[in-house]
Amino acid sequence: MSAVKSTREKVEAGLPRRRRKERTFKLVGLLATTVGIVFLGVFFSTLIAEGSSAFKQTFLQLDIELSEDVLAPDGELDLAYADFDGLVRTALRAQLPEVSGRSDRRALYRIVSVGAAYQVRDLIAANPELLGTTQSMWVPAASNVDMLIKGNIDANLDETLRPVSDKQIGWVRALEEAGRLETRFNKALFSNGDSREPELAGIKGAVMGSLYMLLVTLVLAFPIGVAAAIYLEEFAPKNRWSDLIEVNINNLAAVPSIVFGLLGLAVFINWASLPRSAPVVGGLVLTLLTLPVIIIASRAAIKAVPPSIREAALGLGASQTQVVFHHVLPLAMPGMLTGAIIGMSRALGESAPLLMIGMVAFIVDVPARLTDPATALPVQIYLWADSPERAFAERTSAAIIVLLGFLLVMNLTAVILRKRMERKW
Amino acid sequence: MTKASTENPTPPPPDVQESEAVSTRGAAALAEMPERISELGRETVGNIRSDNPFMVAEDVNVYYGDNHAIQHVSLEIGKKEVIALIGPSGCGKSTFLRCLNRMNDTIETARVTGNITLDGKDIYRKEQDPVALRARVGMVFQKPNPFPKSIYDNVAYGPRIHGLAGDRAELDNIVHTSLERAGLLKEVKDRMDEPGTSLSGGQQQRLCIARTIAVDPEVILMDEPCSALDPIATARIEDLMDELCEDYAIVIVTHSMQQAARVSKRVAYFHLGLLVEVDKTDTIFTNPQHKLTEDYITGRIG
Repeated sequence: MSAVKSTREKVEAGLPRRRRKERTFKLVGLLATTVGIVFLGVFFSTLIAEGSSAFKQTFLQLDIELSEDVLAPDGELDLAYADFDGLVRTALRAQLPEVSGRSDRRALYRIVSVGAAYQVRDLIAANPELLGTTQSMWVPAASNVDMLIKGNIDANLDETLRPVSDKQIGWVRALEEAGRLETRFNKALFSNGDSREPELAGIKGAVMGSLYMLLVTLVLAFPIGVAAAIYLEEFAPKNRWSDLIEVNINNLAAVPSIVFGLLGLAVFINWASLPRSAPVVGGLVLTLLTLPVIIIASRAAIKAVPPSIREAALGLGASQTQVVFHHVLPLAMPGMLTGAIIGMSRALGESAPLLMIGMVAFIVDVPARLTDPATALPVQIYLWADSPERAFAERTSAAIIVLLGFLLVMNLTAVILRKRMERKW
Repeated sequence: MTKASTENPTPPPPDVQESEAVSTRGAAALAEMPERISELGRETVGNIRSDNPFMVAEDVNVYYGDNHAIQHVSLEIGKKEVIALIGPSGCGKSTFLRCLNRMNDTIETARVTGNITLDGKDIYRKEQDPVALRARVGMVFQKPNPFPKSIYDNVAYGPRIHGLAGDRAELDNIVHTSLERAGLLKEVKDRMDEPGTSLSGGQQQRLCIARTIAVDPEVILMDEPCSALDPIATARIEDLMDELCEDYAIVIVTHSMQQAARVSKRVAYFHLGLLVEVDKTDTIFTNPQHKLTEDYITGRIG
């Protein structure tokens, strides 16, 4: 063998090492991806396992006598003061006639939700002609009964360690056997506002609050952000001032969101005297939060437009504004929209700044205007996660599933918009 | 570059940044041929005058920041004349071309001094709108750059923004005539709604030429229009230029000496920002006066 190696020999000598490196790198990459997917899988499966039961709720069937004596003592329907609770209790007693004694009866009344009385009231208010008849109604069971049915409360525990007594369990089982107890789709979760009673609590108020805020954010942040990006990219002179502005915008995008909340509290509520807990203020704060994201994404989209297109238009005698609006904007629009939607998703998931402006209050009513007190979906999740009732745990997970669903829809929209608007050059 | 800046009579402001692409290209060329720069006389040899001048450049200097990209260039461009600008990469021929329709305005660090007139009027005077100038001095670029719009809209864009057509019929007419003159009509008349980018490279470049002549300019600047095309497409563009020069003055930058010889009446040879020699095409290729020109056309440099 000669002392001097040929090029081929040198290359071949190095090959095993190169292959080994390549294999190692691939393996590490695969491992990283697997870890990520496993975490995601664990996250989603626990979330769905925990939250899916909240979409079902236990209901009791009661034959409620809409007695004229109770509802219309003076011949006139009295919705404000009539004892709807009493009607529900009477029906419950009729169902389980063997229950006697004051404390036992009280315990019995606790297996049905206070929402049952509201349901009776709503029924008679909508159909006054039912007065005097007996109606068979499915009314929500109390959340503890619901938890018992779903197996979240262990009946084998010592009686003192669980919120339902042995007697209550016995009654529930009796109702179950009589076919008067069923789990059904939990409509209240989507049609109600917040409530102290888990079985009546819903996310509609929070969803509407979030939607109002996003509306304000979209209407303000998108045009302002795009206009700022166009000005900075196409018209502003490149000097120390524009550099300073660029650095500041980039920094703003990294400012912790709670700081924007404090700013909103100081400026919009204390100085401008806008109402507290209102989606309009939340929307303004989220606008400040998303603006830098939209500006940065839009500038990147504008920069990505090939200079040859600008030159072609300029060479034909188009003015700067014509170049921007006829050529740059149509090509940059997909990127801008993607940036806007990603900014919106970030805004939808924010809770910290909203705590600062009072959107963390307990609000039962579904907001109907931008200035109505409201809360937002992430804040609702925070509030429910903080509640002691066992039944709020599954509702927290359910609200998270709904929030993730919204985010998924928004991100899908971004992808679809980009695909559809993308043009080749 | 040091040489260039010492000869710079009015140094540009120091805070202006250099245009990187241009300065590195210039620097590379300088590093390759340090001995040749000394041979370079300041005076342009040959004849810069045209019989029937239409665009006149006098003592034009362009600075990209500190880089003196072209120096003291004077050249006349005649009516209905094809003049070719040749020279090695980074010699300033494209820079000079872009002065003629003020495309250098779009480069922030670029500064132009001297005098360029179109039909007797200074194009760098204050009240000259570059938009109006570019309608009179059209440009075709190195890489075909049709808009990502339909073929029809590509050609109609110029007439539309300048309001050249009163109604749809007139616009149709302009589009058809322009495509016809660019020799593209036959190939595209049934697919006017397809995107301009769906055409082949040569067709795209002819589309760009059609787009340019649709505005009915007086001068057409072509910046290496065939460098991205195959010989067949190149031949078609060259034929087209022969026809177009009956109506327009054409200034073409090219790296192909054969192309310059085929299409142009006069040739201007640039070297390192200087206009070395200008003369009739035959004279340049058969009897160049300057040593650098001779070296370049015989293939010793460039």
